[in-house]
Amino acid sequence: MTMTEFEASHTETREPILKARNLVKTFGRVVGLDGVNLDLYPGEVLAIIGDNGAGKSTLIKCLTGAEVPDTGELFVSGQQVHFKRPQDARVHGIETVYQNLAVSPALDVASNLFLGREERLPGPLGSLFRILDTKGMRRKAKEELTRLGISTLQDVTVPVENLSGGQRQAVAVARAAAFGSKVVVLDEPTAALGVRESNQVLQLVRDLRDRGLPVILISHNMPHVFDVADRIHIQRLGKCAATITPQSHTMTDAVAIMTGAAKA
Amino acid sequence: MTQQQTAGPPSAGHADLAEEFLDRQTPLSRIRNILHRYPALSPAIVLLIAVVVFGLLNDRFLRVENLSLITQQVAVVGTLAIAQTLIILTAGIDLSVGAVMILSSMVIAQMAVGSGVPGPLALIAGLIVGLASGALNGFLVTRFRLPPFIVTLGTLNIFIALTLLYSGGSTVRGSAMPGVLTWLGSTFPIGPVRISTGVVMMLLLYIAVAFILGKTAWGRHVYAVGDDKEAARLAGIPVNRVLMSVYLAAGAVLAVGAWIQIGRTNAASPNAGVDLNLDSITAVVIGGTSLFGGRGSIWGSLLGALIVGVFRNGLSLAGLDVLYQTLAVGILIIIAVSVDQWIRKVKS
Repeated sequence: MTMTEFEASHTETREPILKARNLVKTFGRVVGLDGVNLDLYPGEVLAIIGDNGAGKSTLIKCLTGAEVPDTGELFVSGQQVHFKRPQDARVHGIETVYQNLAVSPALDVASNLFLGREERLPGPLGSLFRILDTKGMRRKAKEELTRLGISTLQDVTVPVENLSGGQRQAVAVARAAAFGSKVVVLDEPTAALGVRESNQVLQLVRDLRDRGLPVILISHNMPHVFDVADRIHIQRLGKCAATITPQSHTMTDAVAIMTGAAKA
Repeated sequence: MTQQQTAGPPSAGHADLAEEFLDRQTPLSRIRNILHRYPALSPAIVLLIAVVVFGLLNDRFLRVENLSLITQQVAVVGTLAIAQTLIILTAGIDLSVGAVMILSSMVIAQMAVGSGVPGPLALIAGLIVGLASGALNGFLVTRFRLPPFIVTLGTLNIFIALTLLYSGGSTVRGSAMPGVLTWLGSTFPIGPVRISTGVVMMLLLYIAVAFILGKTAWGRHVYAVGDDKEAARLAGIPVNRVLMSVYLAAGAVLAVGAWIQIGRTNAASPNAGVDLNLDSITAVVIGGTSLFGGRGSIWGSLLGALIVGVFRNGLSLAGLDVLYQTLAVGILIIIAVSVDQWIRKVKS
């Protein structure tokens, strides 16, 4: 416990971008979350790990508006928020990349980046005839990709289905990180990827952090977590068992806390 | 190690892409990629070949009057195919298009002739019937989450029954109707060719729908919903609203189809158009639109309708029995779906 207490006192001076207090979520008689606290600070990668059924997914869903917690409070940049649907979280700058990759395979990269927030041409062509500004969106898509340091996507007119798994993940991450979002949540971003592609995605996560964008990363893959995370939130039985850092604990320690073999 | 591999200069990423494209540089796969990118290309090629072959088989085929006749024969199915394309693009299917069209045409005719409503108002009543039918289909698909196949199989029967109940099974003749109702059956000359206003109306609908699908956010959302519903939802697209609007748009198109049908047959008959459901699906499928949704083009459906028209016309000019026309259309469908499956293998 000393470590987490130290962490808490150490970081108290900074305002968390995303703060959750006493989140409780039950499904009938099953307790998904049993009073969870979480803080995400600017420019950090916070990993969330835990065994199956520990409440990782429920926690993430509550943070991103996919589920509404029974009780508990959420704050974005110090302001209390109530998310009823994913759009609410998106409005507050919390973007999520889902495990099943929410990209549309037949649409090109630029269309995917702007999917659901297309931009129309200026003037009557856009307002009256509702014509999309395809060229402008492609140009902005390129700019965003360059800004995010995503170099694996050169041609924004390629249909996403022609891309590799890593590149598709990059499209999904780019969409989440682009256009002024405050927090990016990645759910198992490397689960379906090969070694090289996983490395590309992990590098992308570091790049996002280095640009000041905080990232929440859910993963089963301990080496990946310890590779990129600044802090690690360990869920166990619906509660936060501990918040550790890769420096303070080893992977074995983390697994022990996760499975209940050791106390934090 | 990971740093070097992934954080390299842009050229590294470029090499990745180049590498992947190199993988599929066999001539066959290149063709497949092109067909994949331009779904209307394969029906265009088929239509071209069919026209050339039938032209060589029979002198009369390429005559202007004959080609004009083919377009007139295609006008109704071509219009239904627009509605069908919209729905198939969302990974649905509509078995009720023909029935909605006939119901709408009966309402238009009966209103004008039986109830003495002015022609334009009768047309608006037909439009309302089309929209209401679309709304019913859309409501059942989005609210009850029933498969579109089942929903429209049910509404197909409902609409057929309503048509017969409403019309009492009797045909309304064009001669009894106000002129505006049969207007789309009239023709006007352009040089030596007589063009049917019904065909022009169909083409205008194609242009309008092609524009909306290609240039507006709604069009892109239609493709996205058909491509991957869940992905579209997670991207913040109101999936149910898009689906509902697609069924409503289809209903409106079908009402215009009813108007064209009245003009084309110079009558409104409750027993017409039994084959039109399947013919519209045939046109869409031959036109390269995938039954799995999210892929295809509206122009492909026009080409598909024309291909069917050209085959039927060409085979009958060649003196073959109607049965062989049906046989040929059947073979075309199976080939078209096989090609679609093959093209879809581009996906990893």
